[in-house]
Parts: sequence; C-alpha cells; structure tokens
Amino acid sequence: MSVTVPLAGLRPNEGRLLVAGGRAIALFLTAAGPRAIDARCPHAGGPLEDGIVSGTRVTCPLHLRHVDLDTGTVDDCAERVRCYPARITGDGVVVDL
Amino acid sequence: MKGSGRRLAVVGNGMVSVSLLEQLAALETDWRVTVLGDEPRPAYDRIGLSQVLAGERAADELLLRGRDWYAANGFDLRTGCRVLALDPAGRRLDTERGPVEYDACVVATGSLPFVPPIPGAELDGVLGFRTVEDVDAMLARSRPRGRAVVIGGGLLGLEAARGLLARGMEVTVVHLVDRLMERQLDHGAASVLRDELERMGLRVLLSASTRSIEGRGRAESVVLAGGAVLPAELVVVCAGIKPNVALAAAAGLAVGRGVQVDDRLASSAPGVYAAGECAEHDGMVYGLVAPLYRQAAVLARHLAGDAAAAFRPLVTATRLKVAGVDLFAGGRTVPEAGDREVLLRDDGGGVYKKLVLRDEALVGVALVGDLGPMPALADALARGDRVRDRLALLGVGAEAEPAAGAALPDHATVCGCNGVTKAAILAAIRARGGCTTRQCVARCTRASSSCGSCAPVVEGLLQLAGAGRAAAPAGVPDVCTCVPLPRTVLRERVLELGLRSVGEVLDHLGDGVGCHRCRPALSYYLDAWWCGEHREEPASRHVNDRVHANIQRDGTFSVVPRIRGGVTSPAELRRIADVAERFGVGAVKITGGQRIDLLGVRKQDLPAVWAALGMPSGHAYAKAVRTVKSCVGSDWCRFGVGDSTDLAVRLESLLEGLYTPHKLKLGVTGCPRNCAEVTVKDLGIVAVVGGWELYVAGAAGMTVRKGDLLCTVESAGRALEEAAIAVQHYREEAEYLERMYHFVPRVGIDAFRSATVDAPPEARAGLLERFRRSRTNARDPWCAAPAGDPVRFEPALAVPAR
Repeated sequence: MSVTVPLAGLRPNEGRLLVAGGRAIALFLTAAGPRAIDARCPHAGGPLEDGIVSGTRVTCPLHLRHVDLDTGTVDDCAERVRCYPARITGDGVVVDL
Repeated sequence: MKGSGRRLAVVGNGMVSVSLLEQLAALETDWRVTVLGDEPRPAYDRIGLSQVLAGERAADELLLRGRDWYAANGFDLRTGCRVLALDPAGRRLDTERGPVEYDACVVATGSLPFVPPIPGAELDGVLGFRTVEDVDAMLARSRPRGRAVVIGGGLLGLEAARGLLARGMEVTVVHLVDRLMERQLDHGAASVLRDELERMGLRVLLSASTRSIEGRGRAESVVLAGGAVLPAELVVVCAGIKPNVALAAAAGLAVGRGVQVDDRLASSAPGVYAAGECAEHDGMVYGLVAPLYRQAAVLARHLAGDAAAAFRPLVTATRLKVAGVDLFAGGRTVPEAGDREVLLRDDGGGVYKKLVLRDEALVGVALVGDLGPMPALADALARGDRVRDRLALLGVGAEAEPAAGAALPDHATVCGCNGVTKAAILAAIRARGGCTTRQCVARCTRASSSCGSCAPVVEGLLQLAGAGRAAAPAGVPDVCTCVPLPRTVLRERVLELGLRSVGEVLDHLGDGVGCHRCRPALSYYLDAWWCGEHREEPASRHVNDRVHANIQRDGTFSVVPRIRGGVTSPAELRRIADVAERFGVGAVKITGGQRIDLLGVRKQDLPAVWAALGMPSGHAYAKAVRTVKSCVGSDWCRFGVGDSTDLAVRLESLLEGLYTPHKLKLGVTGCPRNCAEVTVKDLGIVAVVGGWELYVAGAAGMTVRKGDLLCTVESAGRALEEAAIAVQHYREEAEYLERMYHFVPRVGIDAFRSATVDAPPEARAGLLERFRRSRTNARDPWCAAPAGDPVRFEPALAVPAR
C-alpha cells in the first residue's frame, strides 16, 4: 500500500507526523530527499517527527538518541526503527507502507 | 578524485585505524577505502573508557570521528562486521556480510585482553576492560559499597580500579609483581604511586597471585595463593593484553607475538600490512598510543607513495595519568651498573622525581605527582642531551614560568601521545586564521587530543603566541565540531559575511550539515548577534522552540503563560481554569517560578490554547528570560522596604521575549529577609534602605551558589538599567548553554562588573542600544501566530496513492 502527502504539507528538515495504515510515521524532507520512518524512538517512545534533522539523521527530542533515516539504526540501541521507501512524484511525496 | 583508485581494506576500526584514515585523508590519496570494524560503533578513544566508567564522560563523547566524517571522506565504514578470513593470494577478505576484494589490506586488529587460566574466570561477574560493552557490564554490576577485585596492577587495572572507586565501590587491586606498573616504573615511583592510590581509598595487594575465583554461577570471592579470601561481586581481569593475530595467523602471515612487519609496516604477504597493537616490529610489540600513531603515519605515507617512509623505534617515554595521579616515565628507570641516579622524593606530598644519567647524558626519567619539568626532560631524553644543571632540570628552585612551554626548544615534543612538537603547535596557532583555542589545536595537530595531559602546555603556547593579539582567550571551545571556530571568531566572520541564517553559517563556515547541538546554538547566536534581525530557521531549533511549548515524556506539551512577577487576577485565573477544562489538560501545576503550568496539551491544540488564554508566552520551554519571582513587598508586607512586585513586573516586561544563552531566572525581593530567594537567581534584586542591591550568578539547581553582589543603586530605574546591561552583556559574551552562574565565575565578577556597571559610557550605551533593538525585534510567539499553522502543528493527512 502506498500513500501520498502533498509536498506543500512538508517543510525542509522539519518532520511531520503521518498516520497511515495504522502506523505513526515520521516524514521528513531532507536535502537528500524524502525519508519516512516509524515515528517512535525505540529508546523511550519519543516523537521522532519532532527531532532536529541534520543531513540524513534525526535526533530524538526527548533523550537525543540519533536515528539514521536511511538505515533506521539508533545510537546505542540494538533495535532499529523501520524505514519506509519514500519518493517525490509530481507535487506529492509517496510513501510505500 | 576520491573513489576512483585502488581498493584498500582496513581490517579493524580502532584508534590506529582512525589515525591511518586521518593521515590518508590529509594526504588526499586516491585509495578507495573500506573499513571493517567488529564493534557496533565507529572507533572511539579507548583511553577514555576509564572516564566513562568513572562517570566523567559519556560513551558517545569518546567517538573519534562520527559516521559523517567517514562518509565525507569517502571511507566506506562497516561497523559490526567481523572479518572471517583473509586470503592474501586472492587479495580477498571474507566478512560476515560477504566478500571484500582489495589491492592492499591493513591488518589493524589491535589486541585482546589476556585472561590467565584462573579457575572460575568463566563465572558471571568476571569481566575484562577493553570495550564500551565491558564498561556497560561493569556499570551494571557496580553499586555503592559493593566489593570489587581488580586482577592486575598495570595501567589498565589501575584505571579500572579508579573508575569503580568513583562509583563508590570498595576496590582491591591484586598484582602479581612486587610493584605497580613494573613495566614503566622503578620501585621508588611505584611506591609513591601506591601511597597516593591508597590515600584515595584503593586497597593494593602486591606479590599476590590469584588461585581461583569462587561463586555459585556468579563471582562471590577471589581466593589468593596464600589462601586469603577477598569477597567480590565484581572481578575485573586486567592481566595484560595479547595481540589479536588469529586472522593473520590463519592466513599464513608470519606471526611471532604479533604480525611481523618491516620498516614500512609490510607483513610477509604481498599487499598486506599491519599496524597497531597487533603488529610486531623488530621483535617489539607496542601497547602505548604514541608509537602506534607513528606507525599509522608511516603506513599512510607509504600508501601515498612515499618510499622513504620508515618506522623507527624511539626511546619510549610515557606520559600517563593513572587513577588521577600524574606519571611520566621514559628510558630506563631502573639504573644499570655505571649509571648515576638523581633523586627527589617527597613522600607526604606524593612527589617523586628521578633522573638516570650515563656519562652526564640523560638515559632515564621517572616523575610522579609533579610533571612540571616533563617537556624539557622528554626532549633531553629523546636527544640524549648532556645534562648541565640537574636540579634545574628537575624543576627544583625554578621560578614559575609565565606560560608553560615558553622555555622549551621548538623541536621539543609537547604531545607525547601524538608526537606533536612545539614548533608544529606554534605553526598551527600562527597560521592565518589559526587556532585560538586548545580544542582547535587538538583538532588541527592532534596535540592534547588523547590523554590530555599536555593541555596546560598547549594552553601556555596559546597564551605565548597570543600575547598582544586580539584572540579568544585560551580555553574557549569551538562552537561545535561541525563549525570549528571559537564563538568570538565565528561572530566576526558571521557579521563580516552578513550570514543571517543557520543554513548559511553551516554552508560558509561549517560542514554544511550541522547537528542537534550546533543548530540550536547557532540559532541563538544569530538572534543575539543580529539583535533579532536574523532569519529564523525553525528546523534548526529544538521542537520546544518550534511550537513554543515544552515537550513532555509522552510527546504532549506543557503550556506556561506569562504571569509577570507572579502577579495575577481572578479574571486571569478563571480564564486559565476554563482553558484547562475545555482542552482536557492533564494536570495543572503551580511552578517554582510563581506561574501556572498546564500539562498534557496535544501539539495540534497549542494554537487554540494560546488564543483562548489571550496571554503572552512565558517562554518556560526556551533558553530565554523565564520569570521574575517576587515577594509582596512594601505594598502589603509589614517588613517591606521596597516595592518588589512593581519592580518585578517592570523587570519582566523589560526583558520578556529575549532569548539568552541559557535560561535566565530572576527575582526581586522587598527586603533582606529575601522571601523571593533572589540571591540564588541568575539575577536577583534586593530592596535595601535607600536603594536596591543587584546580585548575579546565583544558583539553586544542579549546584547551589550565592550570587555575587554586582552593584547597589539608589532607584528602581537605575536597577532596571543595570539589569538590562548585565543581561545584554551575558547574551553577547556567554557560550550557548552557559548559565549565568557559570559565565560570571568563569570571567570573574570584577571583569563582569568592569564590562557592565563600570564600563565606559560609550560601551554601556552600545549595550543598551543593542538590548533595545533585540527587545524591539522580539515577538511574542503566541500572539504572533494565533491562527495556527497546520503544517507545523497538525499531523499530515495521507491519501491513498494512485
């Protein structure tokens, strides 16, 4: 299943929560393109959509764990965050769930 | 261009591996490099593990280079990827994640802890001390007044013991030999060290061998050869290290104690090199970082095509900080027949200094406790200089130097860990746009970046070179590794280049990416330096500053409206109560700053909550002016001397909306009884007969500190003016995240007063002018966006893609 979010609904490097397919997904528009990951930090459930983005990394606002938007790896944490393929198509961002 | 050349595989991602990569990056070679590390994280400063154990640093602060750095330099870093086999004939590695082909391969597999065959070593609670995981395991098992035994009284064992001691454990070190650190120290130095360690609370047992570790499933005690039983719930084995040569040996490389290499660090197999603790050169395996970094440098130059690069052993001198005790040992510290000793020993003072001379030339040094003479001695030792004035060389009778390092010859090595000379450091400082801080010197030359013990000398050289030139004072850190400039230098460049957004600063003066630390810092600085005439970039702010509310552990937010001076009204309280009910607020709490906190507000409700409150933001979420706490003052209180509520409301109105380096909490109290507790505020004002006293830099948080009296003024108007000037000075000169109570003690209250109260009239006028501009440009964020902003505050709506 894929969903679309209008490009106008995203600001560069400012994450946004996307609720789709029963999942909470954090959607980002980075310099390297759109990225979508599960929105909850595995460390303590922090809202990753509210983190500071630098490059293709987001820092959880609660306890500053870094999450790699390409791989889903989390600092000092064996558990990964799930990543969803996302791409820009026309004036929307398509996320494959 | 990088990435087009031959393939280099580096097996191992430790300190030597990173040093090699740094040298390769500096030499701009065309090797296409793959780095394979079996630990889950990139290489870190293993020397710093004891500081993590002691709770002085966090594990992630030890990372030598972030993943970004590897990527930026084109190095393909694969962590958590063990190399299974090396095939020199096929020039191929087998890894857990498939094969890697190479043209050249560097084996930098380091070493493994040597665990002697002690019965019981397999029990739970018996640990090594080598990796972050080891430290985690030790921390998981350490507890105050718990008992630990460290087996091994070498450098590593003593560091582990110190860390556990800092965690409140009762620690016994069991050492096989009759003195601590016998590889580096003579009996005299070792005994002074032992005295110092015992004074700290460590128990040291020498000439003691461990018979077994006893326990049911997990360690409970250590039994010594003599039969003595030491209860221990944690046993750390630091009995030495052994080169990690399994991979090389299985591949058929010539292996003695380590992988045997020649002067170019080449092993017996074509195209395969080895460096670091796993390598054996001329019969020697090195375990200290300085010679190993020299190996990395030689290997990098060789790989870059420098045929003349060759590794030659030098007299090893070691500068160590063991369990907080400064040590320096080099050459032979135990004299041979025909040598002469010069000895200075102060048992009570924990100082020991010894020179070993042969025909008037210095051949050995041991220092404990006072390393003042170290740089000169290290130089004399390396050169085998004839010693003229032995006592002066020991620092006896010498006057305190104006700046450490001044008397050193240019070729003297300052940083023993990284082999950096005084000349190299001075060159880095004197270069155009050169280093102005020790941190910058560390980054540019590596001096002081490992054990840090030469930091005072580097600071001294900065002072020396900086004499008479307008530079940041030594010790001022860079803004961030992403923006490697001290704040003062950055400010000059930012204003000169007209950079007004975080993105512009990162692009022009930083790495173009930034991080969660420097983006908010730069956001603050730009606001302060441009007096609010910057371009705000919400993406570079913490979420609190984006949505003007304080994020809570469950992802909801707290809302604290501004209640100036803690003075409110029935109507205002009624409105707040209505809002709390209407939006189903989870909790209503009176704060310590005399305000009301509405907790548990959803992000999407924030704009509506603000509109319904009709009150300005209290900035409780920001590094900004928070509250001015007050007592009721002379209006009501029978002891009141001054109208503290009125001044508090005026002070809060004057300052509100201003961002500051860290949060700024204020207070005004109506008499010296100090009911508003203002002497522990960042800025506090006390009414006294005939005027007001201003205090700065009080604290009642992580630390408690009584504020320093800044000045006494006769009128409320003057009090407001001095407060504005003091706050503006703090806004301009403190580091981001530096509280007033750190800033003022750092610069000194006298300097702070000279820059504010006692500053020349034009300087005061300048501060006031910039203060007013900043204040005029500060917009109340709640009233500025009453209509809301769905993109920022509300979840996105997804539609099925066609």
